[in-house]
Amino acid sequence: MNNFLLWTALVTVLLPLAGSIIAGLFGKLLGRTMTHRIAVTLVGMSFLLSCYLFKQFVIDGYPAISDNFYTWATAGIAHFEVGFLLDRLSATMIMVVLFIAFMVHIYSIGYMADDPGYQHFFSYVSLFTFSMLVLVLANNFLVLFFGWEGVGLVSYLLIGFWYKRESASFAGLKAFIVNRIGDMGFILAIAAILMYFGSLAYTDVFGQASALADQTMPLLPNYQAPLMTVICLLLFIGAMGKSAQVPLHVWLPESMEGPTPISALIHAATMVTAGIYMVARMSPLFEFSPAVLSFILVIGGTGALFMGLVAVVQYDIKRVIAYSTLSQLGYMAVALGASAYDAAIFHLITHAFFKALLFLAAGSVIIALHHEQDMRKMGGLAAYLPVTYLTFVIGTLALCAIPPFSGFYSKDIIIEAVKLSTLPGARYAYFCVLIGAFVTPLYMFRALFMTFHTNERVALEWRDHIKESPMVVLMPLVALAIPSVIIGQVLVEPMLFAQSKLLGNTIFVLPEHNVLTQLSVDYHGAKLMALEAGKTLTFWLAIAGILTAWLFTAVFPQWSTAFKKRFAWIYRILVAKYGFDDFNQIVLVHGTQETGHLFYDVSDVKLIDGVGVNGSGRLISWFAGTARRLQSGYVYHYALSMILGVVVFLAWYVGGF
Amino acid sequence: MPSLTDFLIVAALLFGLGIGGIILNRKNMITILMSIELILLSVNTNFVAFSYFLGNYVGQVFVFFVLTVAAAEAAIGLAILVVFYRKRGTIEVQDFDTLKG
Repeated sequence: MNNFLLWTALVTVLLPLAGSIIAGLFGKLLGRTMTHRIAVTLVGMSFLLSCYLFKQFVIDGYPAISDNFYTWATAGIAHFEVGFLLDRLSATMIMVVLFIAFMVHIYSIGYMADDPGYQHFFSYVSLFTFSMLVLVLANNFLVLFFGWEGVGLVSYLLIGFWYKRESASFAGLKAFIVNRIGDMGFILAIAAILMYFGSLAYTDVFGQASALADQTMPLLPNYQAPLMTVICLLLFIGAMGKSAQVPLHVWLPESMEGPTPISALIHAATMVTAGIYMVARMSPLFEFSPAVLSFILVIGGTGALFMGLVAVVQYDIKRVIAYSTLSQLGYMAVALGASAYDAAIFHLITHAFFKALLFLAAGSVIIALHHEQDMRKMGGLAAYLPVTYLTFVIGTLALCAIPPFSGFYSKDIIIEAVKLSTLPGARYAYFCVLIGAFVTPLYMFRALFMTFHTNERVALEWRDHIKESPMVVLMPLVALAIPSVIIGQVLVEPMLFAQSKLLGNTIFVLPEHNVLTQLSVDYHGAKLMALEAGKTLTFWLAIAGILTAWLFTAVFPQWSTAFKKRFAWIYRILVAKYGFDDFNQIVLVHGTQETGHLFYDVSDVKLIDGVGVNGSGRLISWFAGTARRLQSGYVYHYALSMILGVVVFLAWYVGGF
Repeated sequence: MPSLTDFLIVAALLFGLGIGGIILNRKNMITILMSIELILLSVNTNFVAFSYFLGNYVGQVFVFFVLTVAAAEAAIGLAILVVFYRKRGTIEVQDFDTLKG
């Protein structure tokens, strides 16, 4: 049985890869229809297999399997194996990933219909799915890193998919480079793990975690740093890159340059969830480093609140959703920091559904308006696009944590969990996520009103052409809307409060950090939780957010103009996105360029070219020019030198020196 | 009777004059030819002096060979000089710089 399940997992992983290879290499040969049929079928089969694995491991409770297929290399004590870990966490993750990926594949048929790079697109999307599956199923850090880098690479390819647009290729490059910074931390963490744990396999590393908890490592001369803190900090830096935590978040809004299905995939299932998943997976390590947990709380809280505020001033519909992703990733990070790993994964799952839904719905709007993304040129679309409107509303309600939609459960639990956390930084994070609960509905409903309600601002000549998107686009929307509504109620109890939790022992929490157990005392069923939402502050904050958005965008639009004038400086800060981009562009990019120019001018042009290459040439020619003067052509000069030569030799011979 | 040293001093002076004539002369090429003759004669003087004082006549025989060669050389030298003058219209040494690099 073990072998069978392991091979099933392998097939699950390899099917999208096969789809990618077929679409990539034979796409032109097969034609568009055949390509998407193959790619979608393979991912669909993969999804069915993942459902089977989910049933085996999560519902039937089959014990975790960790096994290697292949030894890639052996060097001394380091064995580099290729193997999978199948347990409750990875089985849950791959099912979510594959469901979203499957929906995105179907949706892409409609969204990319008239794109010249159709086959490439499917090839990349399948490759993206494959990389993410490898990342999730890895049973050691090396395979994890392979998936990690694979995801980074394909994200670059897909964000820069419309590479003829300069902004798209810039965005792709930005995503890639910012991720490299995170990966640098990640690979250092892997190196430290290999050095101190002597193995890269999860089981070995986690087994030794408690024994090495008090170990220190010489970081600087005369300075011993606690080993666990160093490793976890480096791991989290990796997660910051992938999961777009402040200040490595700058690539995520830019990733909107990619096609919308990709935005959905990146923001919901692959890529950004990788960091959250990784930290949850490494919970046995992170638990022994409260300092890093505090750090995660602060970083996550900052992202949750301040990135949400930026969304309030955005006009590009996709960017609003992108900043909401940053904010929600902040929530997930806060949950991780509060040791509520289950809640983080829970929010990851609910978020995956409603965020994919929101993106795909926004994509549907964008198709209808012929690739117009500016919300100032939308308005009143609800009448034209009823299905899109309905699904967008569902996604928005879920994101805004309105009971009983899925986001309510996951977000409310996170806020409650942070409230109970005793780590330094938890108060700040709690404050941030609480205000965030007000900001989220503010920007989401602002987007909703601006897009679907208020007066029509679509250019007149377009109005007659606006029509609802084709079935192939609407089907994934509906398929995602259903879980967006119910998944929270269904999963809240088994994932967080049941006796044997859904994720079981894959998550390790120290007793003193265990906030979820404290929360479960007050938990009396999902329905009651939704009904009692009125007693919580978060609910009223959300309602206030909706009302504010309604007043400012729909009822009294002049208020928002007045507000912009009155608080111009705040507005400017928000529009400048706190200057992260400017800072990066001016200090880092230009700094690097200037340093590069400096090195080019000084060391390359002056030292190597000037002194080294041309200098030695000049030296020789100067020497030759000087030596040339000896060749005067006069016989008596030659005679003189002959005589002098004879004299010297004579003196040498006779004098004997 | 002068001693061997006196002869050698005379020879050395002649040799020095010859060298000086070659090196310092800027004008007439015939001077160079004459200087070469001087050098050869100084060598001859050495030969004869050693031959006399050492009682070995091979030295004096050698002088004849040297004189013969010097005569031939002077003849060839003058011939070259004439041809050269026809070609270049000058025999000034400082104009001879075709070897210049």
